[in-house]
Order: sequence, then structure tokens, then C-alpha cells
Amino acid sequence: MSDVQPLVHARGLVKRFGDFVAVDGIDIDVAPGEAFGFLGPNGAGKSSTMRMISCVSMPSAGELRIFGMDPVREGPRIRGRLGVCPQLDNLDPDLTVRENLTTYARYFGLSRAQARARAEELLEFAQLRDRASSRVEPLSGGMKRRLTIARAMVNEPDLVLLDEPTTGLDPQARHLLWERLFRLKQQGVTLVLTTHYMDEAEQLCDRLVVMDGGRIVAEGSPRSLIESYSSPEVVELRFGGQELAGFVAPLDGVGDRVDVLPDRILLYAKDGDAAVSEVHRRELVPSSVLVRRSSLEDVFLHLTGRTLVE
Amino acid sequence: MAHPAVAVLERHLTLYKRLWRASLFSSFVLPVLFLASIGLGVGGYVGEVGGVPYVEWIVPGVLASTAFQMAVGECTYAVFGEFRWNRGAHAMFATRVSVWDMIGGWLLYIVFRVEIAVVVFLLVVGAFGVLSSPWVVLTPLVAALLAVAVAAPVTAFSATIDHDSYFALLFRFVMLPSTLFAGVFFPVEQLPPVVRSLAYLSPLWHGVELSRAATSGAAPLWPVWAHAGCLLVFAVGGVWWAGWAFRRRLQD
Repeated sequence: MSDVQPLVHARGLVKRFGDFVAVDGIDIDVAPGEAFGFLGPNGAGKSSTMRMISCVSMPSAGELRIFGMDPVREGPRIRGRLGVCPQLDNLDPDLTVRENLTTYARYFGLSRAQARARAEELLEFAQLRDRASSRVEPLSGGMKRRLTIARAMVNEPDLVLLDEPTTGLDPQARHLLWERLFRLKQQGVTLVLTTHYMDEAEQLCDRLVVMDGGRIVAEGSPRSLIESYSSPEVVELRFGGQELAGFVAPLDGVGDRVDVLPDRILLYAKDGDAAVSEVHRRELVPSSVLVRRSSLEDVFLHLTGRTLVE
Repeated sequence: MAHPAVAVLERHLTLYKRLWRASLFSSFVLPVLFLASIGLGVGGYVGEVGGVPYVEWIVPGVLASTAFQMAVGECTYAVFGEFRWNRGAHAMFATRVSVWDMIGGWLLYIVFRVEIAVVVFLLVVGAFGVLSSPWVVLTPLVAALLAVAVAAPVTAFSATIDHDSYFALLFRFVMLPSTLFAGVFFPVEQLPPVVRSLAYLSPLWHGVELSRAATSGAAPLWPVWAHAGCLLVFAVGGVWWAGWAFRRRLQD
């Protein structure tokens, strides 16, 4: 990565709001063609970081370069090469789907003919061709999100920023959106996204950072993070309504590590089935047992000592 | 490549296409109602003002106050909503459009709207034969200057406030008194000096004076450059304030 100029380069990046430190000295580099994710709970500093990258929030300290340029002095020039899909939809509700795209294209300086042509391509991409002439307001949440992402692509951006792209969508809509984003990734579009969904990060990101309390607590590919911070398999044990803390001692040594959550116990193990056998051998009787592959959720739990969903 | 401010103007025009019928109707019905009721009704008692029939005397005032009210009205909820409701301003700001482009495009749109209203108004009253001076061709220019002088600070105000209930204050304590005491319906010389000096602070009064000078061909109370200069100060000050307010909303 050292031979190519990173699209995003941050060193010791800080964002303060009064006394509150939202981003507390982070270092990141995003290479061209990469799908880079910020993973973390609400309030971890993901959105503040994204807003700084989108040049709408000024760093309080540290160094930030986008396309090698300074966002404080060259905001409009940088923004002209970005595609931004914000957390809250900000489509023009009174314009049609097509007009939303053409209007936005004009903001980036496309000619009217180019704007119309680009809108047609993107209607296809967003699978909204049959709704092109309808107003935006009555569209479903998934359709609006697809349109927002399509709109972010209107200037053929060098870098696309997606802030929690699938938050609030139903599972079907999420999968459709992932498929579209995956297509962008295959076309070589550089994506930077924030999410608090583990499955989203695993599906889309080549590399990610886990943020907590404004800091980066881990960095790597989803697989390498799981390998470094978790075991290959996880056994989830539930014991009806019983006090779970009492099971920690009897389970000692069954897996590599034990985590007690409010509703269940997690056993981290190389071999989940072997761990379950050992649980039964110790004459413990869980009300339910689930063996699964380790996920980023487990990484997060390990790194921060709490579950992600608050 | 079109200037970003032009792209912003186009967006507002695209939205305007949805509602131009209703707005065109109201933009000339209201002033015509004013002229009919006050001009003819009150005029019947008043007779002449400044050597011309009362109805002819209030035409330029009503024209300027139409531009004034339109500039105030269009720049309140519409601007507030761009920041608070549909976040259209945030969407624009994610592109190469700058805060100044947004303000420029918006003011161009307001001038466009005001000019339509003014031209329609002139055609309607012209048909009644109350426009006598060739200088009347300058009224659209006066209206444009007045529109920017009013729209810029009102836009800034709308981008600054945190709740839309502040608009009630604007309508009650700025817009209504301005309309009543800025020389639209009677000369400000009728007012006691203290109140009169308040009228001098209103951009509408300067607009009315210039507009009346144009339709009647008579010199205004102050030199033309002084009236125009006051409007320019409002415009420049308003744009500067709007730039500050927009940036505060969009950037941290």
C-alpha cells in the first residue's frame, strides 16, 4: 500500500465537541479499490469520522488528507469526487425518482444530456426504472436507500462513503442492497462504510477497524480479526432462568474462554462439538445449546467486554 | 460546465414547476384585491395624494410590497425545511456546491419568482391605465434589488433559528409593521418623526420610494443612490449573515 497514494489518510485524527471527544486520535489509510469498514456501537465515533472524511466536519486535531488534499481548504474540490450516502435519507421528496438523479448530477457539473443518460444507468442499477416518474415520498425504505446510493454514484466518484447503509431496512431489502454494493465493489469502486451489523461488515469489507469510545481497538480483515481475537467456534449455552454466574466455575477449562451475557453463556472453543460433550460429561444441563462459527460479534465482545447491540 | 449556483437554481425551478399555477394566481390576485379595496374604496374618500389619484399613488407601493411579502414568505419555511425537514441543504453540501452557491442559486430563484409576480402585476394594472411614466420599465429592477435586500436576511434568519415558531415574530413584528408603515398606503411624512425613522430602517420603504419614483417619474424623497445604497447594504449584510448561518448548520 505504500507505493499507491491512499485515498484517505489520517494520523492522530481527533474530533471534539466541547469537552466531549468523539474521535480520539485515530490512524487510517484507505487504498484505492478497497472496501473499508468502521465497525462499532452507536457513539463509537464512526459517524464523526465519516463526517470528517466527507469534509463537512473539521478535524479538531491531527492530520487528514482525502485524495492527498486538505479537507479544510479544498472541501468543494474533494466533495466533487466523493459519493456520499448519509445515515438519514435526504432525497428531494417532492421531485420524482429520475429528477432526484438529474438534479444531483447537475450539482456535480454534468451537462443536461449527461445527467439524463447517467440517471437512466443508475435507475437500472437501483432497480427503480419502473418507478422513475413517481415522486420519492411514497417509496419504501429500501427503495429510498437504493436511490440514495444510486444518487451517490452520479458523479462516478473515486470514493463512496456509506454511513450505516442498511440500518432500518428489512432483511430482504438489506440483501438486495448488499448485492448492489457488492457489484460496485467488483467494479473497483472504493467503499468506506460504517455499520453496527457484524454480518454486513463480514459480507462487504476487505478490511475494517473496530471502534469503541472514539478509538480504534482492532484492525484487519474480518477473517484475521476473528482468528486473532476469537476461537474458531462458539458454543452458546442457555440455562432457563437460572443465575448464570454460578456456571462459570463448573465450565472452567471447557473452552479457551467463557463470557457471561445477561441471557446466555458463550464458550469459545476450537471444536464446538467436543466442548458440548465436555459440558454434558460434567453433568451440566443447559436448556438450549447452539454451536456456531465465530463471528465479528465475538471479536467485538472480546475487545470491548460488552455486546454490540445496546 | 454550468456554475454550481445555476444547478441550485435549476433544482428550485424543477420544484417550482409543481406549483407554479397556484402561486401565479395568488401572486396577482392579492395585489389586485388590495388595489380594488383600498385604492378604489379608500381612494374615494382621499382623492389625490401628491398630485395624482390615490389609486395611482398606491400602485407602486403595492407593487413593492408584493415583492417584499413574496421575498419574506418564500424564504421562511422553505429555507427552514431545507435544513430541518428534508435536509436538501445537506444533500447539496455533499457535492461541489458551496454555501455561496446555495445562497446565490436561492436568491436567483427568489428574484425569478418576484419578477414573474411583478410583470404580471404591471400587466394587470397597466390595463387600467394607471402607469403614466416611461420610467416604469425600471420597476422590475427595483423589485429585484428589494427582493434580494429582503430575501437575504430573511433566509439567514430562517437558517439561524432553532424552531419555526420564531416565524410568528417575524411576521408580526417585522413584516406586518413594514407593510403598514413603509409608505405603501400613505406618505411616511404623516408619521411622527420617531416612527418615521423606523420606516427609514425598513428596506420596503426604500423599495417603495424607488418604485414610486419609477412609476410616477418624480424624484424620490432621498437621492436614488441613497435608497439603492440602503437596499444594497441589506443585501450584502444579509448574504454575509446567510453564509455564516448556512455554514454553522452544515459544517462543524
